[in-house]
Amino acid sequence: MIAELGHYALMLALGLALIQGSMPILGARSNDPVLMSIAAPAALAQFAFVATAFAALAICYVTSDFSVLNVYENSNSTMPLIYRLTSVWGNHEGSMMLWVFILAFFGALVAAFGGNLPAVLKANALGVQAWIAAAFHLFILTTSNPFLRLVEAPFEGRDLNPILQDPGLAFHPPLLYLGYVGFSIAFSFAIAALLEGRIDAAWARWVRPWVLGAWMCLTLGIAGGSYWAYYELGWGGFWFWDPVENASLMPWLAGTALLHSAVVMEKRGALKVWTILLAILAFSLSLIGTFLVRSGVLTSVHAFAVDPRRGIFILAILMVFIGGALLLYAVRAPLLKQGGLFAPISREGALVLNNLFLTTACATVFVGTLYPLALEALTGEKISVGPPFFNMTFGPLLAPLLLIMPFGPLLGWKRGDLAGAAQRLFAAAALGIVAVAAALALQHGGPVLAPFGIGLAVFVMAGALVDIAERTMFLRVPFAAALRRAAGLPRSAWGTALAHFGIGVTVFGIVAVTAWSSERVAALKPGDTLDVAHYRLTFDGLFNRAGPNYRDLVGHFTVRRASGDLLGAMEPSRRTFPARNMATTEAALMTRRVSQLYLSIGDPNPDGAIPVRLYFKPQVLMIWLGAVIMFIGGALSLSDRRLRIGAPRAAKSRASLQAAE
Amino acid sequence: MTRKRRRLVLIGGGLGVLAIAVALVLGALRDTIVFFNSPSDVADKHVAPGARIRLGGLVQPGSLVRGDNLKIRFEVTDGKSRLPVAYQGVLPDLFREGQGVVAEGSLDAGGVFNADTILAKHDETYMPKEVADALKKSGHWKDAYGQRGAVAAGGKSP
Repeated sequence: MIAELGHYALMLALGLALIQGSMPILGARSNDPVLMSIAAPAALAQFAFVATAFAALAICYVTSDFSVLNVYENSNSTMPLIYRLTSVWGNHEGSMMLWVFILAFFGALVAAFGGNLPAVLKANALGVQAWIAAAFHLFILTTSNPFLRLVEAPFEGRDLNPILQDPGLAFHPPLLYLGYVGFSIAFSFAIAALLEGRIDAAWARWVRPWVLGAWMCLTLGIAGGSYWAYYELGWGGFWFWDPVENASLMPWLAGTALLHSAVVMEKRGALKVWTILLAILAFSLSLIGTFLVRSGVLTSVHAFAVDPRRGIFILAILMVFIGGALLLYAVRAPLLKQGGLFAPISREGALVLNNLFLTTACATVFVGTLYPLALEALTGEKISVGPPFFNMTFGPLLAPLLLIMPFGPLLGWKRGDLAGAAQRLFAAAALGIVAVAAALALQHGGPVLAPFGIGLAVFVMAGALVDIAERTMFLRVPFAAALRRAAGLPRSAWGTALAHFGIGVTVFGIVAVTAWSSERVAALKPGDTLDVAHYRLTFDGLFNRAGPNYRDLVGHFTVRRASGDLLGAMEPSRRTFPARNMATTEAALMTRRVSQLYLSIGDPNPDGAIPVRLYFKPQVLMIWLGAVIMFIGGALSLSDRRLRIGAPRAAKSRASLQAAE
Repeated sequence: MTRKRRRLVLIGGGLGVLAIAVALVLGALRDTIVFFNSPSDVADKHVAPGARIRLGGLVQPGSLVRGDNLKIRFEVTDGKSRLPVAYQGVLPDLFREGQGVVAEGSLDAGGVFNADTILAKHDETYMPKEVADALKKSGHWKDAYGQRGAVAAGGKSP
């Protein structure tokens, strides 16, 4: 009954999406306020129905209703409640439900909080949003229906893929989808602007919070997925350049570029045409990501199912939306008025450079991800493009971006003073050089480039601090006065500095862990020891432990410093899931400040020894810590902007004047 | 600076970065891509010793030999040819005799494939895509391999 209710609600949502996608746009064309006013209530109602459908599926999972095929295939009554709930999106059908749920959620947010939008823009944007929703509702209903019943209900389900039975599943997909789908708002607004043939700085002001929100979620979602892969897959890699990861990185790069170009558009009225294109590209890359992951052209842990009909359907959605959007762009973009003159050396110029490097880096990732697919489709030759490709292309493009990053916020709008900015960054550059020297002195045998990477990261972090110090006139006015100025700074200034600082932190972590990880692989018998960095591990023995729906074969290890001080125990395990007869490696982690010891074990050899992988990962936590700092920076900016959006435009407050400096 | 010159600077800078990126991509594509081969491909194409390739096929049942220090030897087969593989390290969770495997490394002068990476992107019923395609090509595909293929699971492991 519940499943049928969900199925029915989804069909009604499709109907509503079709109405929402047609009437308001017709109304916008004929300037009919009644037709246009349909958009908002339709979006809210559509969300209510999609939410009902999603809740129905969740109830089927929580109550372990195995008469529903999707629940039978992906759940098991012995799983803890949290995994019964998260397995809703731990499979193809359910994750598409999550996709449309979030899409409808964003549509409802625009409908509810878009009261200050011009009627025509709002009607068009919600209309476009509904086209996307309709396409995906239809996709679910025709090829990926999660509500299908089994004629005879089995007693027990087949269990969720053990690799997905992890708290990471509760956060990673929803955050990632909030990011992916969040860019749909920018896309819808861009198409709406093109349909209307009119765009101004206010457009950027409306769109930026949505882009920022989506970007924040995507940042955290990617970082969360990276950490999950790091501890779950048993060998401590944090990024694999796997096509599925690239699928999330590309929208992030485009979204980051969009975030920055929208600033130029909002503050200076320039780069309009480019910003519109980026808005289209960011969401197009999200759609391509969905295609790569959901169509089964790639086989990886993320591709839950392989069904050619699905691939073709998503490919069709892709072509209609991306092709249509780019066509509309080609026809309409020349009509949009250009504005805002600026010198190459200026804040705008720096942001253009930022965009140039980000989009080019994004393009190299795109080539590396899709070239093997294209080659196989055309010639049948199978190749793999792995980390070496991306290290050789993505890395060299990112280094100059990091180098110019601290300059941007210090340059004035319109015409900047490069010598002045360089002078003010002197302290940051000096710190960076000291870091290079220190790293060169401390490292023995690491890669030559690593100390320079560390120096760059330190420069970026110090540059962000210089930005704040300049704005508060730190050390130039009395300390109390500087504090007062700091309190008076707009939150967006803090947000920018924090986000840039976070980038530096992440880069620092990536460089350190890539260059200076140490690895030991050995077969150990009880009593044996293994040394890594300045730690010594003793293998004490194996024991068994039972979990709710798995068995653990646990290795107990005692960790000591090389000097002999006892630090604690680590217990990595081999986890066997009887429902699927599958085993996973559960690594043990011991955190030492921001570094980690990482330990995993393999299946015991016939002679009783167990294969052990032991790593020391220096500064590894900084990788994800940086992402959290970026998220907080974004949140600060967002809280600032929301205040200003609420206020009428004529009343320029002190805060908004300062923000514009 | 006139508007036109400013625009020229922008466009010139853009093209410059793009040109660098194209050069980087082309260089990297030439140097870093790795071709996938089945044991028959290795024999047919006379893959040169030292060239980095991916080798895919089934682990020949009964061929797995464990040595000291986590040294492992096994044979990869596609039904037509076999190739001995040497590896040192911890095998991925789902490495089993009779199952699909993808190994990355190079041939030595003696015709042994020295793998530095073993991937097993599948569960006990699922085949790596490349291996499945290779088996189909050589006519040794059994439908049973694909029956529970709907549950594509896997672990990435070097």
